[in-house]
Amino acid sequence: MRVLGRRLSLYVVTAWVAITVNFLLPRMMPGNPLQQMIGKATGAVTPQQVLATKLAFGLDLNQGLWAQYVGYWHQLFQGNLGVSLTLAASVSSVLGQAVPWTVGLIGVSTILSFLLGTFSGALLGWFRGSRLDSVIPVATFFQAVPYFFLGIVTVLVFGSTLHWFPVQGAYSQSVIPGWDWGFVASLLRYGQLPVITIVLSSVAGWMLGMRNMMVTMIAEDFVLMAVATGLPRRKVIMHAARNAVLPSVANLSLAIGLVVSGALLVELVFNYPGVGDLLLQAVLNEDYPLIQGIFLVITLTVLAANLLADVFYFILDPRTRVEAAV
Amino acid sequence: MSAVRLPRSPKVLVGAGLVAFFAIMTVVGPLLAPYNPSATNFDANLRPSATHLLGTTALGQDIFSQLMVGARATMIVAIVAGVVATFFSIAVGVAAGYLGGRADDGLSLTANVFLAIPGLPLLIVIDSYLPAGGRSNSFVIGLIISLTGWAWGARVLRAQTMSLRNRDFVEAARIIGESRFRIMIFEIAPNLLPVLASSLLFTILYSIGAYVTLAYVGLTSTAVWNWGTMLYWAQANNAELANQWWWFVPPGVCIALFGTGLALMNFGIDEFINPRLRAAGISGRVRRASGLPRRPRLGFTPVARPGSVRASKAGAR
Repeated sequence: MRVLGRRLSLYVVTAWVAITVNFLLPRMMPGNPLQQMIGKATGAVTPQQVLATKLAFGLDLNQGLWAQYVGYWHQLFQGNLGVSLTLAASVSSVLGQAVPWTVGLIGVSTILSFLLGTFSGALLGWFRGSRLDSVIPVATFFQAVPYFFLGIVTVLVFGSTLHWFPVQGAYSQSVIPGWDWGFVASLLRYGQLPVITIVLSSVAGWMLGMRNMMVTMIAEDFVLMAVATGLPRRKVIMHAARNAVLPSVANLSLAIGLVVSGALLVELVFNYPGVGDLLLQAVLNEDYPLIQGIFLVITLTVLAANLLADVFYFILDPRTRVEAAV
Repeated sequence: MSAVRLPRSPKVLVGAGLVAFFAIMTVVGPLLAPYNPSATNFDANLRPSATHLLGTTALGQDIFSQLMVGARATMIVAIVAGVVATFFSIAVGVAAGYLGGRADDGLSLTANVFLAIPGLPLLIVIDSYLPAGGRSNSFVIGLIISLTGWAWGARVLRAQTMSLRNRDFVEAARIIGESRFRIMIFEIAPNLLPVLASSLLFTILYSIGAYVTLAYVGLTSTAVWNWGTMLYWAQANNAELANQWWWFVPPGVCIALFGTGLALMNFGIDEFINPRLRAAGISGRVRRASGLPRRPRLGFTPVARPGSVRASKAGAR
């Protein structure tokens, strides 16, 4: 458990850093842009909402920095992230609607991409030196393509040219959101192309990492031993792959941040109603409370996902448990 | 030190070729641009032709000129960010790995915190507060990107430094009485070069992605042409729904090809560090020529290299 404890404390420190950065940024910038924005937005926003935002951002300038900081934490624990200046609703309620879309989209694509990449990487590693090696440069190319550019291309090819998939939004305009079959079917249909895009962009990383580990693993004695005992080839590959996959799983928690960063932009391309799309709107409208709320929620979600990945690794690799027992 | 030890696989050569191509484009691109990239005095939405090599935008701007002029800003940011971030990585990574103890705990924690915070949202938050002057300045943007891109390299360098720290030659230098600083710079740093090069390439790759993304979201000045701004305008005018592929495909492909070049060079470095990967990369022709089996046998790492095969044949003659 010590390993997990250390990771947990890292995430707690990271969360603290992220929150503090979030607190300090608007105060460090010249001319207090947030104050100006609130000045502009007073028509659309009620005085109570302005007050709530000022509280959340400690804009009561008569207070010292420390008192503002304490006040900020106080507001945070009450779930007050301020008010979106353009949507005239509290940041937490706006985010509450967007987060499930993003978590669903990115969660599904990351799991798919990890499984697919690891599986194909294991095969590529085992059959190294064969024709399959020609996949490597292609995978490298896909790894270098920005997610959103791949999104634009898939929209062009599969959407506006071939008309295979719908490309705008998360579900058809003609269905009413609700847990009935019509809505779920529409959800799955509209989700396909964004998921394919994210998987295509991220799968190469897992694949190449797994291949390299597999190539290294094959030279180990235990694999030679497994072959010598006459195990069927399929079992030997599984045996080697199970050992090679550990670094991939260990990297999972580090890679989540990168994948999330890229995937947020895929939402943009597809007008998917998640956090990424919201972030773009907020940036365009200079809606600072919303931008900062989104940053905070994304960071905390990524940290939670990191912790999950670490627990998964802890379960998979007995060595981390032995170390902990000593 | 013979040059033969440098990896010469086709992958590395192609990678180096791609990177060199874009390096030249950075230097001469703006000179080759036939028109002012912002001038809107052409017909709109022209397909590629002899007068407009890559066609025109919905605003009647020449896309080829935008691509050529945009190369410079894109590369400057990528290189500034890459170099500054690598400098941070060396400072933090080598110090943490060599000093150990409390210093290591503190520095590693800093690096891990930066790794755990998702980079792009942080970049967007910082960038959204920048005044217009900052957004149009490639160096400012490069510096901010480096802030989010140094931690990975620091981690890798720390691990490598730790494995070097207790080697005999470092021990010897310590006994002779060399100062810690001197040992880090002159004894350990040269042995980190492959890892360092790999980390630099990786960081440049990251930086170019981050910069293009910021520009695409509209967080860099739209008056400064770079490949991300081109994509921003293409998206803003729904070029992908209108089938105007000539508008957004060129910048995207340039980014991807440059990135591929960097990644392929990185492969070469990986193979240099890990001979097992190198052996796996031997082509069929070389393998036949050197009498190795078509597929490497389990449990063995063949060590033939294209260079060594030729050398041994020449020797036999």
